[in-house]
Parts: sequence; C-alpha cells; structure tokens
Amino acid sequence: MPTYDQIVDQVIESIKEIVSHDLAIDENTDLISDLEFDSLKVMNLIEDVEDYFDISIPLNVLADVRTIKDLALQLERLTGKN
Amino acid sequence: MTLFAKFEALAATRQALAECGLKSVNVVMEKLISPTEAIVNGRPMILAGTNNYLGLTLNADCVEAACQALQTEGTGTTGSRVANGTYADHVALENDLSDFFDCTSVIVFSTGYVANLGMISTLAGSGDTIMIDADCHASIYDGCKLSTADIIRFRHNDPVDLEKRLKRLKERAANTLIIVEGLYSMLGDRAPLAEIAAVKKRYGAYLLVDEAHSLGVLGANGRGLAEETGVEQDVDFIVGTFSKSLGAIGGYCASKHKELDTIRYANRPYIFTASPSPSIIASTRKALSILRSQPELRHRLWENANRLYRHFKSLGLRVGPESSPIVAVRLASKEEAIQKWCRLLEQGIYVNLVLPPATPDGGALLRCSMSADHRPEQVDRIMDAFADVV
Repeated sequence: MPTYDQIVDQVIESIKEIVSHDLAIDENTDLISDLEFDSLKVMNLIEDVEDYFDISIPLNVLADVRTIKDLALQLERLTGKN
Repeated sequence: MTLFAKFEALAATRQALAECGLKSVNVVMEKLISPTEAIVNGRPMILAGTNNYLGLTLNADCVEAACQALQTEGTGTTGSRVANGTYADHVALENDLSDFFDCTSVIVFSTGYVANLGMISTLAGSGDTIMIDADCHASIYDGCKLSTADIIRFRHNDPVDLEKRLKRLKERAANTLIIVEGLYSMLGDRAPLAEIAAVKKRYGAYLLVDEAHSLGVLGANGRGLAEETGVEQDVDFIVGTFSKSLGAIGGYCASKHKELDTIRYANRPYIFTASPSPSIIASTRKALSILRSQPELRHRLWENANRLYRHFKSLGLRVGPESSPIVAVRLASKEEAIQKWCRLLEQGIYVNLVLPPATPDGGALLRCSMSADHRPEQVDRIMDAFADVV
C-alpha cells in the first residue's frame, strides 16, 4: 500500500506528462485554476493514476477534488481498500 | 463574483458565432420544405444534421395518424403515466415495442433523455456500481448523477479495460450495470457489443444498451446493434428514443426481465413527468410499423451514408473510424470549426457544429447525419460544399 507522499509524487509525475509547460507543482496546486485543466485533461489524469495504482476511481468522488491533495487523499483511501 | 460569472466562456463562444455574420447564432427552421430541406435564416438549406434517419417526420401516414389522435384525444394528457396519463395508445405502443423486440416488458417515457435518467437512476442504487463507456451521451452521465451508485468510467470501446475494472470489484461485480451505446452519437462508431456482452456474462453483471441512434438503422429488422451482433438475449435493457428514426419525441426501455413493470413504479423521472401527448404516440406507432414493413428505407439510408463517408475519406478529411449514418469531420480547433460551419451555412448546407466539451477528444466536429430522404443530388451538394469549405 503506497504512502500518502508516494501518491502525491506519482500524481505530480502523471500531471507532468499531461502539461507541456514547466510549472511549480505541489500538493496544494489546483487542477482547474492553477493548471487550467479541462474535463478531458482531468479524465486523462484519472485514467493514468488508475492504471498506476490498479484501482478504479468512482466519478462520484471527483466532485470534491480540486487540488492534488484532494486527489491524493481519495487515492490513499481507495488503495487502502485493496 | 456573481452567479453568472461561470457563463462568461460560453458567452464568448456565442459571440464568436454571432461575429461570423449570421443574423442569429441560433439556427431557426423558419419553414420546413421536406425532412431534408428548410428555410433557415431566410435561405433555402439542405438539412444534413437532423438525426431524421428514415425521413419520417413528414410521412403522410404518420401525420394523418397524429391528426386523428389530436382530433379524438386532444392536445395533451395533462398527467403522469401513473395518474391520469395512461391512454389505451400508450399501452398499445408498449405492446407494439414488446412484439418488435420480442421481450417481456416495455416502458414508454416522455423523452429519450427521461428514459435514460429514469432507468439508470432507478436500476442502480447505493451499494451498486454503474460502469459507463467514457463516450456515453450526457443523458447517461446525468442518469448516473441522479443515482446513488458508484459510477466508474471505462475507456471508450475497450472491453479489456471494462473487464479489468469489473475484476477489481470482486463479488460486487454482480451488482454492476454496464452501459454502452449502439452507435455513438458524435463519431458514429459502434460498440464492440459481442465482446462487451461476453465480459458481462463472465462476471454476472447487467448490460444496458442505448440504441438511440441505432434503432431503425442497424440489424436485419432495424432493432439495433444488439440484433446486428446477435446478442439480444445477453442485453438486459435496451433504451432508445422516438425522436430520431421514428421522427417524433419520446423514449422507451425494453427488457426480458419481468421486473421492469415493477421498476416503473419506483422510477421518479417516469412518475413525475406528464405522459407523451396522444398525437405523438399515434405517429410513433405508425412510424414503427413503417420501420418494420419498409426495410428499403434503411437500405437507402445506408447508400447515402456510405457514399458520403467514402467521399469524405477520399478528400482526406478526418472522419470517424467506420461508415455510419453519422459522418463527423474532426477539426483542430473550435475557431476553425465555427468559421467552416458558417461557410457551409452560406452554401446552403446545415450540419451540426459540435464544440468541446461535447466532443470525445476535446477537438471540434462538423457532424453530418444522413437520411433515407436525402436525394442523390442533395448528397452531391453536401459533398461539393465540404470539398470547397473543409
């Protein structure tokens, strides 16, 4: 089971594969307002981390996800269930 | 910050449309000449984006049936199906559809959107899971939002990804409703339904297929993709609409499960909507009988579709992966799509302009839908206009 820090690192790795420009990204980075992700990019990110952690993220939980920290907390919960 | 701030980007897109010289950004059909011709913004227009696949909207028998029902049963039912809104013809249409699909139960809804909203939100609740193809229609996503089930998306037309996700659910896989479409509305591609049905059977899940764009279009008898691929017995629920090949408005769910009749009484979008007006039901019944008795309409539709698709491919346009009555051309940006859509209108050709986020891959589409009613010279004009503009 990955630690919270490992999850944050992996999410940032996945984001760097999606965004073309260099940005300072940390756990408080907002996917929409800071990274200007549209719904397509958000779903690309979700598919990427789903594959990496071998989990499925229900769309229901995404409504509460704004930052990398929000996403990492959901991933921590879901990977803990396996 | 106001309530309206979130609409600013939308307002900018509408402004861009207005700046391309149209009097109105809303296309208004001022006068219908035929199912494939209208006067739009004062100009004669060939309609190549109406989903009027069999061209039945002005069919004389359908119009006559609607007029008779209007005369004898009035303009509306003023009530829900579970109150005063079930007339003999609503039941008769459900029986017609049961016979057509050779299934136990059918529910008729007021629109296709309501059919998806009602079936999805009622079938799957807390503790259940819904797995939807990523490219499913907004009505399916909205049905999921109304449900209390866990909603999981799988990659478009990817049975391997679906199976991987079902496997993760372990014993919960049996309480899963898988949802796909027969023909996907934006690019006109079919679901790999045989493979998806096989995955569904392996995990004991349920399968709902939205045949909105495939009713009357696919299958030897026009029953849709489930018929075409020979998996009707493995599909638990077929949802569809009367607003495309049947030329009216309304929706249905057909199922081999007798429990569907009970689900009717738990189905809030069904219960709390007025039932379809009698004239709609009458024209739909007539259109369904024409769909069944005149397969030549389907053949003409496919001749037109294949011709347009092949021509667009020969022009090097970026079309969908396979020929279908939906022929969509992908463009790189929404600005380019808006500009070319306006030029097509200037040449007297109406197609659908589809902008993100409604498009599957974030690009923009000029989406044509063909009709059995398109004459060869109209298809020529559509092809010439695209060759010139796109």
